[in-house]
Amino acid sequence: MSARQILGKVGLWFAVFVIVSPAILFFLWMASLSLKFEVDNAAYPPVFIPEHFAWKNYADVLASNRFLTYFVNSLIVTGSATLLAMLVGVPAGYGIARMAAHKSAIVILIARITPGLSYLIPLFLLFQWLGLLGTLLPQIIIHLVVTVPIVIWIMIGYFETTPLELEEAALIDGATRWQVFRHVALPIARPGLAVAFILAVIFSWNNFVFGIVLAGRETRTLPVAVYNMISFDQLSWGPLAAAALIVTFPVLLLTVFAQRQIVAGLTAGAVKGG
Amino acid sequence: MSALTQTTPAAADNDAAPEREWRPPSYWPFVVPALVVVLAIIIFPWLFTIWMSLNEWKVGSPTTFVGFANYLRLPNDPRFVEAVGHTILYTALSVLLPLVFGTLAAVVFHAKFPGRGFLRGVFIMPMMATPVAIALVWTMMFHPQLGVLNYLLSLVGLPPQLWVFHPATVIPSLVLVETWQWTPLVMLIVLGGLAAIPVEPYESAQIDGAGVWQMFRYITLPLITPFLFIAGMIRMIDAVKSFDIIFAITQGGPGSASETINLYLYSVAFIYYDLGYGSAIAVVFFLLIIAMAAMMLHLRQRTLWTEIGGGA
Repeated sequence: MSARQILGKVGLWFAVFVIVSPAILFFLWMASLSLKFEVDNAAYPPVFIPEHFAWKNYADVLASNRFLTYFVNSLIVTGSATLLAMLVGVPAGYGIARMAAHKSAIVILIARITPGLSYLIPLFLLFQWLGLLGTLLPQIIIHLVVTVPIVIWIMIGYFETTPLELEEAALIDGATRWQVFRHVALPIARPGLAVAFILAVIFSWNNFVFGIVLAGRETRTLPVAVYNMISFDQLSWGPLAAAALIVTFPVLLLTVFAQRQIVAGLTAGAVKGG
Repeated sequence: MSALTQTTPAAADNDAAPEREWRPPSYWPFVVPALVVVLAIIIFPWLFTIWMSLNEWKVGSPTTFVGFANYLRLPNDPRFVEAVGHTILYTALSVLLPLVFGTLAAVVFHAKFPGRGFLRGVFIMPMMATPVAIALVWTMMFHPQLGVLNYLLSLVGLPPQLWVFHPATVIPSLVLVETWQWTPLVMLIVLGGLAAIPVEPYESAQIDGAGVWQMFRYITLPLITPFLFIAGMIRMIDAVKSFDIIFAITQGGPGSASETINLYLYSVAFIYYDLGYGSAIAVVFFLLIIAMAAMMLHLRQRTLWTEIGGGA
């Protein structure tokens, strides 16, 4: 290796370090805040690695039974909204791709552009009128605003690239459209299903604006619960940071381990919820 | 629209039957469930919003049709006008900064190095993480006495700042969070653009003795311009309707110094429960986003023309 090449290597690694460090340092600091007792969190200059770890912060958050309720709420809302979206969105993506009905994608674009709050005003009235407020149902329904367009958009893209020959052969052999979809198209599109599922889960899990309006005391999802903690016990940073990390940890784990699918989905559709 | 011909098999037969032995099947049954959902949760809310915006509609009191009165209120509402200003400033900064940093990051990630996939995963963590959780930690970092940011400033000899606690610095501080969060999306889009560039131009430029900067300026940049436009457009749409970060960190404060249209819309609709006026804001807000997107498309068309050498 010549001196020039070595210099280039060093320069590249330096650039990589500079670019990745804001993300790494932020999440390390988040972890540090969550593992410190109040004395250390209030210290100046700040303590990065404390002498005693405050695992108690995590235990406190997890032990409060409200937190468990909110976790289950999040699980139900995200789970239902994602599964329903897959159920209607995957066949729709298939149909739109096969009919080459590209103009229908405009609806998806409108959904993508519209601020989440605009859906809330009319749907809030509707839910109130139907007497659904106070249950998880309004949140499940409104999370479909996020998940359905993501799933349809990504699946259109996938089904457009899967080969038609197999499907045509199956049709000529007398298979029904549903059988072709179920046994030919769907297995080929499995990577697309994973992408759509992962992104729908993440954007539904992260959603905050719908919950802040629709959730009552018993029906909060985790992001809303964390937000409410800010206003109540502002003074103790440790448990707050621990709660924040617990909420976002599943997403971070998914991001690192499924980064290939996430990158594929985001660059294909560049969709984001809410 | 091709979808229409599918619904009437007779017409489809007349048009294209002889070429294929089997009739192309109708795919409508696949689409209908999603169509119902989309009508219920996207189309219906929109139509209802437009209708509500023409009414005096407050929770707890009878509604009356008022025509365009809600819309006429907007230009005379100082808080709305101020919010428009905040939104434009916030959006402009939140488009430009991620574009610059995202492009630089994409150039770095375009190089091959061990652990690239993993580090890319780490790099995109800020945009995937739960916004409220992130906002909470940033709030602690912005704290004037105990925050780590003022400590970092003191290390390089800069005076401490009030960050989100002062009207003059609140928007730039929030833009800092937004930039940190969304630079990765720009990086991913530009990275896709870089992957599509052939190596030949660089090879001949190298033979001609071009430097790294020259190659970036005269080969890379023109070729990734379309991707920069896409990234800018997406960034614009997201920045305009940014809510979680602003709401969780400042709730539009101090005072109303960081109140964007979206935040004001929230207050009008869900604190004052003035749903008619809120709907009018929602409609105008949507039109504003469309107008900005159209403006960017127009800009793109013009630059295309100048690239080709048009202008005539």
